[in-house]
Parts: sequence; structure tokens; C-alpha cells
Amino acid sequence: MLDEVKFYQTGSKTIGNRLLNPSMRAEQASIDRHNTLTSGHRACQGCGEALGARYALDTAMRVTNNQILVCNATGCLEVFSTPYPESAWRLPWIHSLFGNAAAVGTGLAAAARVRAKKTGSNVVPRVIAQGGDGGTTDIGFGPLSGMFERNDDVLYICYDNGAYMNTGVQRSSATPPAARTATTQLVGAEPGAEWGKGKDVPLIAMAHGIPYVATATVADPKDLEYKIEKAMSYHGSRYIQILVPCPLGWGCASNTTVTVARLACETGFYPVYEAEYGKITSVRKIRQKQPVENYLKIQRRYAHLTGKKADPKILARLQAMCDQNIKQYGLMSDDVPETVPTAIQAFERESNI
Amino acid sequence: MLQIRLHGRGGQGVVTAAEMLSLAAFLEGHFAQAFPSFGSERTGAPVVAYARIDDKDIRTHEPILKPNAVVVQDRTLLSALDVFAGLTEDGYAIINSADDPKVIVPELVERLPKGHVLTVPATDFAMQKIGRPLPGAPMLAALAAATNVFDLNSVQKSFQTRYPGKVGDANAETAALAYNYIKDKIKEA
Amino acid sequence: MLEQIEGSLGIAKAVALCRPGAVCAYPISPQTHIVENVGKLVKEGSLKDCEFINVESEFSALSVSIGASAGGVRTYTATASQGLLFMAEAVYNASGLGLPIVMTVASRAIGAPINIWNDHSDSLSQRDSGWLQLFCESNQDAVDTHIMAFKIAEEVGLPVMVCMDGFVLTHAFERLDIPEQELVDKFLPEYQPKEFLNPDEPISMGAMVGPEAFTEVRFLQQRKIASSLEVIERVSKEFNALTGRNSGGLLDCYNCENADVKLIIMGSSVGTAKDAVDELKEQGINAGIISLKAYRPFPYEAMRAAIGDTKKVVILERAFSFGARGILYPEVMRSIKGLDTQVNTAICGLGGRAVLGSTIKGLVDYALNDKFEDELTWFDIDTDTLNSYLKDKGISFPQGPISEKQLEASLKGAKA
Repeated sequence: MLDEVKFYQTGSKTIGNRLLNPSMRAEQASIDRHNTLTSGHRACQGCGEALGARYALDTAMRVTNNQILVCNATGCLEVFSTPYPESAWRLPWIHSLFGNAAAVGTGLAAAARVRAKKTGSNVVPRVIAQGGDGGTTDIGFGPLSGMFERNDDVLYICYDNGAYMNTGVQRSSATPPAARTATTQLVGAEPGAEWGKGKDVPLIAMAHGIPYVATATVADPKDLEYKIEKAMSYHGSRYIQILVPCPLGWGCASNTTVTVARLACETGFYPVYEAEYGKITSVRKIRQKQPVENYLKIQRRYAHLTGKKADPKILARLQAMCDQNIKQYGLMSDDVPETVPTAIQAFERESNI
Repeated sequence: MLQIRLHGRGGQGVVTAAEMLSLAAFLEGHFAQAFPSFGSERTGAPVVAYARIDDKDIRTHEPILKPNAVVVQDRTLLSALDVFAGLTEDGYAIINSADDPKVIVPELVERLPKGHVLTVPATDFAMQKIGRPLPGAPMLAALAAATNVFDLNSVQKSFQTRYPGKVGDANAETAALAYNYIKDKIKEA
Repeated sequence: MLEQIEGSLGIAKAVALCRPGAVCAYPISPQTHIVENVGKLVKEGSLKDCEFINVESEFSALSVSIGASAGGVRTYTATASQGLLFMAEAVYNASGLGLPIVMTVASRAIGAPINIWNDHSDSLSQRDSGWLQLFCESNQDAVDTHIMAFKIAEEVGLPVMVCMDGFVLTHAFERLDIPEQELVDKFLPEYQPKEFLNPDEPISMGAMVGPEAFTEVRFLQQRKIASSLEVIERVSKEFNALTGRNSGGLLDCYNCENADVKLIIMGSSVGTAKDAVDELKEQGINAGIISLKAYRPFPYEAMRAAIGDTKKVVILERAFSFGARGILYPEVMRSIKGLDTQVNTAICGLGGRAVLGSTIKGLVDYALNDKFEDELTWFDIDTDTLNSYLKDKGISFPQGPISEKQLEASLKGAKA
């Protein structure tokens, strides 16, 4: 059966709307986009990470006049993009290890500055380090925190799909509660990932007082592109975490990647915001609030929460989590986000601009 | 080859003293080597450092087991461990104390040649000039006075090189006090 | 210029003379003084166009180095012991990526039990990592080897580990001849990376290689490191022509002509051994020293030539392969395949136990008087301690050849 083709003619929901002024369209709608991660790579159908990486890096290339160096942690993105002797990357790119992308980024940034100095060039290439949530929030967390603390001039992008997808969907510290992974199976008293675990790396990044932290999803390329551009306007450490649905790991249809990502945002499940020098400065408001069930029911990793055998208590708990996010980050139109204490380094850095 | 072992406690500048000793010898054109006992000693713990002086390249890197001279920067070590172990029969012993050697190490005075066991109130001198209990410079000056292997001038210069300015000068003055003190003692004897 | 300085400061000065663009530092004894001194040179401005980066672990120290080297600048870092193990994953990665990083390993034992003193178990644990491993017998040798290491690394396209004995060399104040900047500039021109991450010519580094090509990649890597044997020799000769100093090289022979026994030694014990064999010579005993400088690549041919027709060889090994035996032994045996040389291995100098002149003399005595009962002997071992520990099991060891045991014991007392 063919999917129904939908035509939106108004508003900004459609990134490539021909009726919009070209300046309001997303970069991805442009024939001139860089295609940094070009076609022919080996990602799964509907891979959110491939989308996110291309969106992010195309913009980074544009705003820096193609002066970008990328280092990539081990993971899906690295594996599907560079099976020797092929490479899908149309920019200078290095993969070193699983846990060291942030540190390699620090080294690249230092080298770029030193080379520019030595050659008398005023063009200093900018550095982006990137990895999945496992490479970022778990195994690469020490080097990431070190990079933040030193305020090294690197933008770190975490493509967050909430588990170790490359190794076959195992739990990471970014796996949401109740989600099924290969190491948090839907068995026992508390099926799926345990509650009360995991870490919120954007908030931790803010606690380092770095110039810029943002979250985004692949459902809103314009917002993502804006955040990349904003991040590249800063020097020092920057962190952007992009929700990138994984059809394989989440058990959703490969043509629903963007839908799932949008629902994560519209339910309050995944708060989308930006923070400068440790303070939240803007929040992406929910347009049409959705119950969390709508987000969960199209993913088989939450199969235990819908249907006849579903436990309504778990569903309620997840809804409460979304409601708490909405309240805390002020995700509804009139809400004001609760304040988060600001790290003392942030004041120093902000005053040093 | 002259082999010297220095004993003291962490914080008294024992390792620095060995380094300055090697620098003094170097400044006179000798080959010299200094190294600590490679421990993880904390302040107050017994510390050992070594120095060698020779007129040819020093190749060995073994610890000094048979020193020709032992420098004891802290006399409280005398009752704690055998600081004179392996000291050669014609060796020298310099101890930081105002007391007569016959009183504090009578057996050693018996064993070594006359005038080879000497005491010098190095800490008192250091307090006078530096204002801190750092007996390194006066102890080295005393060793220089006793053995004539290197000059007072070189000891002073080594400290002044390492600590340019007031601290180096104060060490140099302290060294002179100790040097003259020992020279006078030798004359008396 | 002649200077009386700590070995670590000498290395820092040598590294600075090589004009690195990035130096990463993480503290671990006994390496720390080196990077402290480099950091000072950068901060005071005497080492220009160089970034000194204090990182949060050894893993990051080498990872930042990987980034800097891939970014096209000359890169240096230093570590030791646990630190080397903590960065092990990046050690293999750096050589696989063909990055000419130079790293000092201030050799130190590995725990447990934790031990901060010198032996070779850290550096030898990385023998299969694809790095060149050059051992230094003195601080002058180490200063010179560091300068040569950059040249060798950049020509071969592989990282070089300069292994110098922790504390024994790093913390020793000695007379060092630090070359002039002009001389180093002449010897080591400004770094021109063959390949680096450059927006003008984008490349992808570190791709995934599957079974279809992995073996071939490894084969080429081996060719590359094997080719460095010639480079090491040539660069050492070139350095010798400039300075007159016989530093570096694959191996070095001392008193080897007509020697009745030859000792194979790596590191600072070589100097001690030279003094010992000179003393033996006065007694009419003829023992030679083969100072093994290049451990990786292993100079099989040079080793065979150095051993020559000597019938007795003793290897002094300062590390051990548990469940197997000495680590150098199989390499030496491979060198002399077909010869009827008697080779024995002596394990000594572990975890900072001093290798004394008497140790060397004891080894010569054991070899010449056929006292070795086995291929492997644990030398300078405290048999009293062992026997008291094992007495319930009815095992006893013969008294080992510790001629200076009494003195050593008293020295230990002095340390405590």
C-alpha cells in the first residue's frame, strides 16, 4: 500500500515549501546544500543519525566557508560512512576510537591554530567532534568533560538514539526508562530500562559553564540548522545533542523517523532548548501537545506499554515525566522555564568575550 | 671517583643539596652525577640522595653502596638508621650539629682518620641568614672545606644559579659561615 | 652547550629544540618533570607556535596527540607505567593511523602490587603495538634519541616511543650536551606532513577495513616498520656526523672483541655494566656488552653480527612474560638460529631493584663457570624471603649471587 502524499501549503512545518521566501526555507531544501555526508553510504533505511549528521554538517560547512575538520567516534555513523576503500564524507574526516572523539577534536583544534600561525594564514579551520550517545555519554564522557572544562574550541555533536545501536541495541546512559534494549529486556518486575538511571548530558554540559549547549531533533531541520549556525558563531566548547530515531533499535517503521522525532518533541519527552553560558536562553515550544502514548505506541521498544497486557501505571509514569519536562523547561507557550543554577566558570567565560 | 651519600628528611632540601653538589663540581669542570633515592617520601620522612664526582664520564647508575663521604643533614637520623653503612675507611662524615663529633658519634671518630668526622651547626647558620631551616648549602660548604675536592665559591655559585636573587645570596652567605667554621676547626686541630 | 641538569629537563629542552606544535601532558611518575618543563618553556614563550595541553587522562593525552598529529603538526607527549596501559587503545590506534608522534616512556613497573620504580614491563607490554621502541642507556643518549626520533618517525610515518629508565635517568642530574638550535634545525627541518586533515584537500582517515583487506594492511604496516631499521641506522650516522656522539642506532657493542661472554642489556644498566666489565678486564676476564637500542623493530641481523662467534650470551631482562619466560630471549634466539651459542636469561632489576656492578659480575661468573642451571634464572633474588614464604611447601632456593647483599640491606634500612 502506498502512503498518502501530504501537501502542506502554509506555515513553516514544511521545510522546502516553495511558497516560502527562500531565506525561510531550510538549507536542506536547497539544491546548493553541501551534501557533506553524500549518498551511497550504508546506513539503514530511515536512519535518523545519517539525516542529523548531514543536516548539521551541511550548515557547519556553509557558515565556515567549508573550513571544517571532523572527528568521529566509533559507532554506526563511522561504520556506515567509511567501509574501506569508500568514504561518504565530503570534508576532512578522521575516526580514531570509540571513547576519544572529544580529545581528538581538542588536538585537531590545536593543530589548526598552530598551522595557521606557522603558515601566516588567517583562516583557522573549525573542528567538530561527533559520536553516538554511547560514545558520548558513556565511554567518551571523561574526554568530553575534559574538553568542556578546558573550553577547547570544539563543537561536539551527540547523535542521540538512546542505545548502542552499532553493537545491536544495548542500553546506554541515554536510554530512556522503560525502553527495551538487548540488555534491558521486557521481562521481570520492571520491564525495559530501569527508572531513575541515566544522565542528562546537556545539563551536565551546562554545568561546565561552556558558551553554548543545545538540544534538537531531526524533525525540525530549521531549528537544528539555526543551532549549528549559532554554535559556530562561538569559540570555546559547544555541545549539541540531536535526537536521531533509529528504526532498527526503536522498532519503528523506517518511514516514521521524522514523525517519531516530532512526537518526542511534541509530547515533552525530549525537551528542545538552547543554553548560553550555562543559562537556558530559548525553548522550542510545543505546537500541538500530544499524549506520550502517541509517541510510544509506534515504537516496538515500548510494546509492553500499549495493547491488552499494558501496565497503565508505567504509561502514567512516563506521562508524568513528560509533564515534568514541560513544566521544568517551560515547553508550553506561556510557560517560563525554571532556572538552573549557573556554573561559576560561565561568568568568567562570558566576561572574557 | 668521589661518591657521596646525603641523608636528611623530606623538606630539608636533601635532593637539592645533591643536585647543587653536582652542579658545583660541574662548574669546576668535573663530571658529576646526582640522584635521589627515588622514593615517594613525604615531608619529614628520611630521604637519601647521592652524588658522584669524577674526572671522566660517569657511566654507572647504581646506587652508592660504598660512599667516600656521608652528609647527615638531620642528626635525629643517627639513632634511626645506619647512615654510615658502607662508608670507606678513609671516608668523611659531616653531621649537622653544634656538638662535638666525639660526643655524638664516638665510634665513627675512632674508625675514620683524624679530622674526617666533622660537625657543623648548619641549621643555626641557615636560620641566621636564610631564616628557614635549610641546611643544604652550609653542609656542602662544610664538605668542601673538609675534602678540598671543590671550592666554597662553586657551592655559592651553584645555589646562586639555581636561586637567582636574595635566596641564592642568603644560601651563599650561609655556606661561607659553614666553610670558615670547618676551616677554623681544622686549624684548631 | 654543556649543562649540569636533570635528565627530565634535558629531554624537555631536546623536545623544545625540535619545535613541536602540540604537547600533551598528564602527570604520572616518573615522567612528570619532562612535561612540566616543556609546559614552562611554552608558557614563558621560549617555545613558540606550540600548544601545551593539560588533559584529564593518559588516554586523552595520546588522543589529543592523535588529533594534533592528524591535524598536521609535530606532536609530543610522555607517560609511564599505568599511564601507558591506560592509553593502550590509543597507542595501537596511533600506529595504525601512521601518525609520527614521539612519546617518552619513563619506564616503570606495572601494578599490582603498585610500584613506582623502574623496570621495563610497561614499554615491553606495548611491543606489538606497531610503534618503534628505542631504548636509551644514558641521559645524553636520551636527549639525542629524542631529536632523532622525530626525524625517524616522520620519515617512516610511524610513531616512536623513546624508552628511558624512570628515576634512574629521568631524575638524575648529569652533564648533558644540549645541541644548539641551528644544529637541530639543520638536522630536523620544519615538519611537512605527508598527509593531514586539510579542508583544501579533504581525506578520510581511520576507515573500517574488513577481512578483504585487513591482512594486507597489516602486511604493509610490517613492511613499513621493518624498513625503519635502515632509517634508524642512517639517521644515527647523520646525527653522529653533526655532533660526534655515538647515540641511538640499533645496538651498540662495548668491549665485545674476543669477549668470552656477551651480555645483552637495554637501558641505564648498560652504563653500570660498562664499568663492571672494565673492572673484570683488569682481572683478565673478558666480557662484552651489547646495548640493545632498538627493541622494535628488532635488529635480528645486527644482533647476530654482534653476538658473532661468542659461545656464551646472557640476556639481562628487566621484565617478564608470565606463563612464558624472558621477553627478549626468543628474539635473541631467532637472531642466532643455526649457531651453537649458549644463551641464558637473567631476570633482575624488577620494580626498582638496583642492577649493581656486582649483578653484572655475577652474571659473567655464572656464564663463564657454567653455573646457570636453566635457561632462565631469577637473579639477585632474596632467597631468605622466598624460603620463609615457601618453607611450608618444602621448597627451598639456593643462595643467590648477591655479593653486596649486606650493603643493600643496610641501604634499604636507610630508605625506610
